[in-house]
Amino acid sequence: MHGLQQLAQQLINGLVIGSVYSLIALGYTMVFGILGFINFAHGDVYMIGSFIGLMLLGTGAFNFATALVGAAILTGIVGIAIEKVAYRPIRQSGKGFEDTMLVSAIGVSIFLETLALIIWGTETHPMGAVLHKVSYQVGGIYISSVQLLILGLAVGLMVVLHLFVTRTVTGAAMRATAQNMMAARLMGISVDRIVSVTFAIGSVLAAIGGLLVGAYFDAVYPLMGWTAGVKAFTAAVVGGVGSIPGAMIAGVLIGLIETLGSAYISSGFRDGFAFIILILALLFFPSGIFQVRRGEGKS
Amino acid sequence: MTARRLLSALAALAALLLVPVLITDDYGLHLIIMTAMFMMLAASQDLIYGYAGQLHLGQAAFAAIGAYITAVLMLRFNLSYWLVMPLSGLGTALVALLLSVPTLRLRGLYLGLATLGFSEIVRLTLIMWNDVTRGPMGLPGIPAPTFGSFVFESKASFYYMILAFTVLTVVAIQRIVHSRMGKALMAIRDDEIAARAMGVDSSHYKLTAFSTSAFFAGIAGSFYSVYISFISPDSFKMMDSFLIFAMPALGGMGTVAGPLIGALVLYVLPEITRVFAEYRMLWVGGLLVVTMVLQPKGILGGMRALAGRLRRPRPEPGTD
Repeated sequence: MHGLQQLAQQLINGLVIGSVYSLIALGYTMVFGILGFINFAHGDVYMIGSFIGLMLLGTGAFNFATALVGAAILTGIVGIAIEKVAYRPIRQSGKGFEDTMLVSAIGVSIFLETLALIIWGTETHPMGAVLHKVSYQVGGIYISSVQLLILGLAVGLMVVLHLFVTRTVTGAAMRATAQNMMAARLMGISVDRIVSVTFAIGSVLAAIGGLLVGAYFDAVYPLMGWTAGVKAFTAAVVGGVGSIPGAMIAGVLIGLIETLGSAYISSGFRDGFAFIILILALLFFPSGIFQVRRGEGKS
Repeated sequence: MTARRLLSALAALAALLLVPVLITDDYGLHLIIMTAMFMMLAASQDLIYGYAGQLHLGQAAFAAIGAYITAVLMLRFNLSYWLVMPLSGLGTALVALLLSVPTLRLRGLYLGLATLGFSEIVRLTLIMWNDVTRGPMGLPGIPAPTFGSFVFESKASFYYMILAFTVLTVVAIQRIVHSRMGKALMAIRDDEIAARAMGVDSSHYKLTAFSTSAFFAGIAGSFYSVYISFISPDSFKMMDSFLIFAMPALGGMGTVAGPLIGALVLYVLPEITRVFAEYRMLWVGGLLVVTMVLQPKGILGGMRALAGRLRRPRPEPGTD
């Protein structure tokens, strides 16, 4: 009985952290769907988002909700700026741009991470009691108000994103651009604007995820983007890069596997499980991965 | 022409040999030794990404493996460095072979992340394998190499050692690049499907490129082990993999001088300017973006383009 309770507890914990991985994975998958390029720096955008939130909270003028909105907006701008500075000139310079963009993305990632290290140091910053935390007990299983908030917000955002992509004109333009950029341009879609919108959405979701995780673990640190980035990327791969529902489901799956793995196999290896899943996924579904090129951005 | 080239090569070699005579400052010499080691790592990295087009982000992990093989063999079994050093290279090459069999089918960032993941697994293994590696505490007191009665202790002696290693690495890689294998690797880089259609056994060549590159990286790590005489899981971090990756990318990928220029710019400049020392990776990241935006062929490519424009217009010398 006790073992069963523990298992249920771990499942809840995994579900909560996994829903955040889903939020970050969406940024990878949406950009890939449109540009056929994996934004290596996305994990660092998530980290920057958490720090922006932390700074806003530090001013004392913001409560958690307004800081969340503020960080989301500012990080969205950061995402648009990164695309404009580091990717757009390469994309517009001609064919075979994916490889060059990838190296540029690695540069952006190194830059952001070092910048964070210089500004905020290597130490872990506590976020403090920004959220009123209540623990509920249901049949011996604990679930806190923070966990409920994360789950609710993550699911809510994903529903909104799904509606946005499937029901709005901009969403339709995004899907068109993902299917065929050239044709979309010929149909009068401003591809550059769609790319900006995509980066903005990805960055906003990452910032919200970052701030939620920061509050959940009460920790924000410059290298958080790297581990979370790899896990979210794994989710994007497992879900099929370019597929939005795939990323949502796989993110939760990664969170569950990781939590169960660290509870029952080795807690020291916690951050290693995502890598093993990534390598296994790449080994056993290579055709699935390589077949997902342009034209798979359909929701 | 060839006589002139030979002369300038000899002059360069003489200048390199004179370095410890001219620079007696310990810190200066240390900087040069570390730069040479990074040149070795950058040149070996370039074989995989610059020539074969395989995105590899784990060169520091190979160096760590070589360093640990050296440290463990010398501390536990008291073997001679001249036996341990090639063993470190071969051991690292073997690990690279084992890594590249499952990752052969991966391309682009998938391979990049698999190699990154591999280096993370190497790091975790080094931390958790307490019996052999002493975990995060690392392995201190790695003995100095000896040659007869000569003990490699002074900075100058280590300088000559790494100079020999680096020159041999660069020469060996150039020999490979100009051989049938080099042509095959570049064909794979430019279009793997076309290369295979032309009868190039891409799996074979990719495996060889990976393990050859790892061999040199392992020896560079082995050198680090005896030079610093202490090694820990933090000696070669993920950021070092990125640094090594950035060097050829910045200098000019798939060239002789590119990785060397890159190592010089990315390792020495931040150290000399001092102010920038802790900002090194900021430099690295920023320069990488600027280079990719302005001139994807790197500093060397930019200089070539400039020289070509200044002289008379002539055909591009090619990617090589």
